[in-house]
Amino acid sequence: MQGNAILTIRNLTKKFGSLTAVDDLSFTIEKGNVYGILGPNGSGKSTTLGIVLNVVNRTKGEFHWFDGSGTTHEALKKVGAIIEHPNFYPYMTAVQNLELVCKIKEVSSTKIEEKLEIVGLLERKNSKFSSFSLGMKQRLAIASALLNDPEILILDEPTNGLDPQGIHQIREIIKKIASEGTTILLASHLLDEVEKVCSHVVILRKGKSLYTGTVDGMNASHGFFTLKSNDLVLLQAALEGHNAFGTIKTEGDHLIAYLNEPMEASEVNKFLFNQGITLSHLVKRKESLEEQFLELTKQN
Amino acid sequence: MLRLLNIELQKIKYNKAAKIISIVYFSLICFIAFIVSIEFNFGGINFRVADQGIFNFPFIWHFNSWMAAWLKIFLAIVIVSIVANEYSYRTLKQNLIDGLSKKEFIISKVLTVVLFSIVSTVFLFIVSLTLGLIFSDYTEFSIIFSDLEYLFAYFLKLICFFSFCMFLAFWVKRSAFALGFLGLWQVIEGLIAILFQFIKVKTDVNLFDSVYNFLPLNAMSDLITEPFSRLGAVQSAANQLGENFNQNYDVQWSTVLITMGWTVLFIYGSYAILKRRDL
Repeated sequence: MQGNAILTIRNLTKKFGSLTAVDDLSFTIEKGNVYGILGPNGSGKSTTLGIVLNVVNRTKGEFHWFDGSGTTHEALKKVGAIIEHPNFYPYMTAVQNLELVCKIKEVSSTKIEEKLEIVGLLERKNSKFSSFSLGMKQRLAIASALLNDPEILILDEPTNGLDPQGIHQIREIIKKIASEGTTILLASHLLDEVEKVCSHVVILRKGKSLYTGTVDGMNASHGFFTLKSNDLVLLQAALEGHNAFGTIKTEGDHLIAYLNEPMEASEVNKFLFNQGITLSHLVKRKESLEEQFLELTKQN
Repeated sequence: MLRLLNIELQKIKYNKAAKIISIVYFSLICFIAFIVSIEFNFGGINFRVADQGIFNFPFIWHFNSWMAAWLKIFLAIVIVSIVANEYSYRTLKQNLIDGLSKKEFIISKVLTVVLFSIVSTVFLFIVSLTLGLIFSDYTEFSIIFSDLEYLFAYFLKLICFFSFCMFLAFWVKRSAFALGFLGLWQVIEGLIAILFQFIKVKTDVNLFDSVYNFLPLNAMSDLITEPFSRLGAVQSAANQLGENFNQNYDVQWSTVLITMGWTVLFIYGSYAILKRRDL
């Protein structure tokens, strides 16, 4: 395998009784990228993460961290992960909880203050965990995951249940960490969240992988044009006569024309003008991740 | 090893409830010693429990081991809660994600069980030695340090009992239910004893030696037989009534092996449960 693989999953399957939560899943996480695992609720995102994080037993298949030479729990010391709710000892303060994590991960506790600073909890460092709000708990969880300067940061629905301000704070922190070059694996059902930070995406539905690759390469299409002119019938006929266009449909008083091959808006404009058609509206757009996602999950 | 103990101690160090119960436990051991050394005055006759020979070496080892063992339920509560808390706080899951293996997790709990047992035994040794030196009629070195197997039995009894509690906590995940089950199990063993007694009377089949002695709580209680009938005063009273105690007060090897077997089973059982379960 490639030297910079961080996590390799091969034919992973997990069954809960008759329900197959993860079905023959394979993908590789490589260093330096920001990955999103996208899928509706119950698509097997958390189960997959649970398996690679040593808390859920697999039914079949394999996975290994890094080059696969060490045990999973040793590898996890180089990983930072937050899944679902932040779990800490309520009777301990923020610092005491982080000290415990340092002992488990076998790293020195000198970075505690620095990490608390990153998530903006430094002034509450001696407060008990039980006194924290959900947003603060989630930020403490991020600080805890960063203690070992992880090779990869795994976040499972990090903004779930937070208020808009909390969501914003968490996203800012994630962006900051991503900009420093840390590999991130972000599981979410929120498309805009993934779209904003991820370069690569794994799309799951009913435990099966529908797509694995870059966000840009997700759809083979080259985008589409929204066009408008005085005579839509003439416009449609002209577009159908050009090889570059595939499906053409009418939407209100606009035409939507999907591209089969790359083509710039200026070329379309020139082509149509030569045909004697003047446009009152011309916009080239790529499908949003949401449209692509819905398209993909619908197909199968 | 030290790292695992260190992790576990940090969890207990800041846990107020666990600390309070442990303090109560150790104070109660001292308190027993204190009570029996007070002089009571019954109508001009001075009476002191300590003068009735219970603090004579080497009998004191037997007596105090047996008495102190009753208090183990306090530390059992601590053991059950530190395991069950890991489930209710969901920190077990977080510990594993942070890079503790399931095996290490079990080992850290077992180390706590062993540590609690060692500390209790050492504490009991010191308290008994002090009381003995104050009240015992015999203070020759060889007599003081004879019959120390009762302390060993006490240590084993604690380890087995705490392992049982740990196993129950891993199994049912809730402190209250685990302690409830412990009580229920005591009742079940009692009912089995009644049933076996019934069978013995009716059919002459004695299931006590073949089955009953192998039950965990019974084996633990058999480790240290009750010391009262061994007291001089009680024996002379019994003799006058024509009763004769033919009890063997020694720590039996068979019982030691049975409790060790249960301890191994409880620890392995905890590991098996943790390993198999999805969190």
